[in-house]
Amino acid sequence: MVFKRLDGRKLDEMRPITAKVGIIPNADGSAMFTFGKTVAIAAVYGPRMLHPQHMQSPQQAILRVNYDLLSFSVSDRKRPGPSRRSQEISKVTEWSLSPALDLKEFPNTVIDVQIYILQADASTRVAGINAASMALAQAGIPMRNLVCSVAIGKMDKELVVDVDKDEEDFEEGEGATDIPLAKLANTDHYTLLQLDGKIQPSLIPKALLLADKACVQIYEIQKKALKEVVTE
Amino acid sequence: MEKFEKSQEEYEDFGSEPQSRIIVVPGEVVFSGEDFLPGEGARREGNDIVASRYGLAEKIGRVVKIIPFSGAFIPRRNNVVIGRVSDIVHSGWIVDIDYASNGFLPLMESPRFVNKGEMDQFLAIGDVVAAKIWSVSPKSIDLAMKGKGLGKLEGGFIFRVNPSRVPRIIGREGSMINLIKENTGCNITIGQNGWIWVKGNDLDSELRARKSIEFIAEKVLVSGLTEKMEGWFTKNK
Repeated sequence: MVFKRLDGRKLDEMRPITAKVGIIPNADGSAMFTFGKTVAIAAVYGPRMLHPQHMQSPQQAILRVNYDLLSFSVSDRKRPGPSRRSQEISKVTEWSLSPALDLKEFPNTVIDVQIYILQADASTRVAGINAASMALAQAGIPMRNLVCSVAIGKMDKELVVDVDKDEEDFEEGEGATDIPLAKLANTDHYTLLQLDGKIQPSLIPKALLLADKACVQIYEIQKKALKEVVTE
Repeated sequence: MEKFEKSQEEYEDFGSEPQSRIIVVPGEVVFSGEDFLPGEGARREGNDIVASRYGLAEKIGRVVKIIPFSGAFIPRRNNVVIGRVSDIVHSGWIVDIDYASNGFLPLMESPRFVNKGEMDQFLAIGDVVAAKIWSVSPKSIDLAMKGKGLGKLEGGFIFRVNPSRVPRIIGREGSMINLIKENTGCNITIGQNGWIWVKGNDLDSELRARKSIEFIAEKVLVSGLTEKMEGWFTKNK
């Protein structure tokens, strides 16, 4: 029997993606990225002065990411403010973006990245990373490459690309596994690889291959969005 | 091999029409081949010239450089900046110049003698000054205020544009800014840090000057902007 995804997508098919750059006039760079019903916006400020001074590094700029799931983004109102979860995601987002940036050009400064999830339907951290990477480019920060990010899931025994909330809650058979990952576009340099659930080691290379294909598509959409904003 | 041929084609385009430039995103291959050299905002990766920033790729001779669309102000010697006095210390003024570190304006730079106890008589906290960057070191940015058009700015108003748009607003040898000055009769000082001070005879002409500058700042890719602005001024009388 052929495995059917809950919303009828093909196994390697992502939800409809939209990307838009320059959505926040007061930010130095900003972008929106959506995977179906998941909507993430990112704003970049800086490089700017960093206080308290003891956090400054004379070698390079500090990247400071703040990820926040807004209270109205989920069906049961989320208690606003930072949580254990949002702090962790902020940190891993920071780690997944910083290898792409050339931070050495701006010693003693900070680059602030604010990521807000307006609507959550799983894969929020990867949508946030995609948005932040476009926003950083628009802010004029020197970068090695754009960062592309996607979540690979395993439902029972099947690998799927771009997990949504219903798939995340899948409980039949072996249950659901969620693998958010991020990489520098057009390279084999992975900057994020998390695993929530169980997976056979032999399936990991297959998951990476699926992610590679998805990232190529995401990169093209990001590139198009960045070029569109100046030619309109 | 195909890629290389394509870049040769683009190369020809560049030679025939200097206005045609290509938009690049970070990590994008601009040109392939050993014939090119990476300039500002670009780097070499193996056989390719790769963009490091988001902007327009431009080829001058063999050098490929990226003109960024946006980005923070990077202070350089002899830049004119507009800043706001944020503190008064024993030997001068601390000036906020919209950069990661403050500028320092020494007491010696004031055009007349200022008593150390009464420094706020000349420049108080919150006053706006136009100054020139005298030196940039990792420790501090020293400002100078002796020169034409520099000094305390009184009256009018200041507003901000993206620092990367400043060269366009000034135009080739000041052609654009002179056009705006002629059409509005305003006194305008542009800081390289993106702060712009406008003072005219009445508020209407000041606002007209501001609108025209913001119009230019919006148009990133338009060529022949000076002619377009002449049209703008006849339309927005």
